[in-house]
Amino acid sequence: MAQKPMLPELLKAHGVSRRGFLKYCASLTSLMALPPMLAPKVAHALENAPRPSVIWLSFQECTGCTEAITRSSAPTIEDLIFNAISLDYHHTLQAASGHAAEAAREAAMKDHWGEYLLIVDGSIPVDNPEYSCIAGISNLDMLKETAEGAAAIVAVGTCAAFGGIPHAFPNPTGAQAVGDIITDKPIINVPGCPPIPIVMTSVLAHFLTFGLPELDDLGRPKAFFGETIHDRCYRRPFYDKGLFAEAFDDEGAREGWCLYKLGCKGPTTRSVCATVKWNDGTSFPIQSGHPCLGCTEPDFWDNGGFYKPLSAPAGNYRQLGLAAAAGGVALGVAGGALSKATKSRAAKAHETVDAHDLEKKS
Amino acid sequence: MPAGQDGIGAASALEELRSRISTGNARPVLAEILAALATLLDTGQETVIDLGAFPFAPGDERLLDEVLGTGEVQATLDVLGKSHVQETGIPGIWRIDHFDQRGESLSRFVEITFIPEILKTQRADAEAGLARLTDRLAEFDGRAH
Repeated sequence: MAQKPMLPELLKAHGVSRRGFLKYCASLTSLMALPPMLAPKVAHALENAPRPSVIWLSFQECTGCTEAITRSSAPTIEDLIFNAISLDYHHTLQAASGHAAEAAREAAMKDHWGEYLLIVDGSIPVDNPEYSCIAGISNLDMLKETAEGAAAIVAVGTCAAFGGIPHAFPNPTGAQAVGDIITDKPIINVPGCPPIPIVMTSVLAHFLTFGLPELDDLGRPKAFFGETIHDRCYRRPFYDKGLFAEAFDDEGAREGWCLYKLGCKGPTTRSVCATVKWNDGTSFPIQSGHPCLGCTEPDFWDNGGFYKPLSAPAGNYRQLGLAAAAGGVALGVAGGALSKATKSRAAKAHETVDAHDLEKKS
Repeated sequence: MPAGQDGIGAASALEELRSRISTGNARPVLAEILAALATLLDTGQETVIDLGAFPFAPGDERLLDEVLGTGEVQATLDVLGKSHVQETGIPGIWRIDHFDQRGESLSRFVEITFIPEILKTQRADAEAGLARLTDRLAEFDGRAH
């Protein structure tokens, strides 16, 4: 196999100065929520890290994740890092098809057994594996076979991380997440429908520099999923002041007020959409006037209507919410601390509450 | 009063309100900057504060700018997009704002240092520069003879 160029050679070939690389590392360090003084170490590690072999498997998915990650109109260092990894198998992107493509996957597995990084997008049909096959191999068999020799797995997109839309009720294929099937390998979940491209490349950069990132209880890197969208939303001050859009064409909507009453799931959704944004930092759904759908959370498709305000059941949730409001803490913080079961009951009950109610009772 | 003036007044009042929205984080950051500057002078240790690491509203930016002011040095770097490097009115305290090729903010820092690293010519760049200058002189000499 030809020797892959290291990052410094790639940077030089693309006319990127050392100063530019330092700028990139400073921003990457900030994005990864690492202390800024670690930027030189990030630079050193990226320069000297071996390029891992990567096998990318796509199962029950819409190709939106691949579209998002490869969508870039101008070459960036993220692209270079992404190109610098040895992407040995990706059946959407590679030229080979059929048995030749499978031969590439098998060769990469053999050459880098125990060392390659496995990226998966899409969920896996388990009730009837024949629902989704590649070259006659079921997704379930291909995942198990390829995961066996992987150093780590990155589940890209909500389908791979949590089952996603294929897993939505009534889940006709018995779709499951990667983590439901593979239990003996480190798995990094990078949910989103699709995930933010730079989050994906930053997770890869973190893996190259410092190994596995710190994960939350859902297997998501804390650097990118540690805070809710609500925490960093530029409309948050309007929420705090009780200024809400009540309809998509009212004065509040025109003035950019909080979309909580229009169903925004920002308070219970963990992602960096509000700061990193989408399409090369152009915007994110809330900035475009649409409530957050909560796509980085499990079962987002089944968690009640997209345009209904977050539900509040009777009992503990209300007490938590009131206590939080009384203490000056956002409802979303309390909501985020609720158990999955409680949230599910809330969604079914569809008891709604708005900030006015909370303010009256606090 | 001309028609519509009330609306304009309300809009500018709202804009003013927006610019004053604050999280209260600027004051503790200023205290951290003060301590870091004292450390720089005592021990030479530099400090970098990532302004993207915590909520910072327009009112916080305003307070930071008001207290620190504008200093003698302002530089714009054209490197993978623009970067603005500015010494504040308090020497030794620098604001560094990185933007991508589309002008979107990438990261924002306050550096407490005698000279930010990004302003220095990097050794690898100087080595590339030496090779480039050598080539250009050889080309020039070749043309001259």
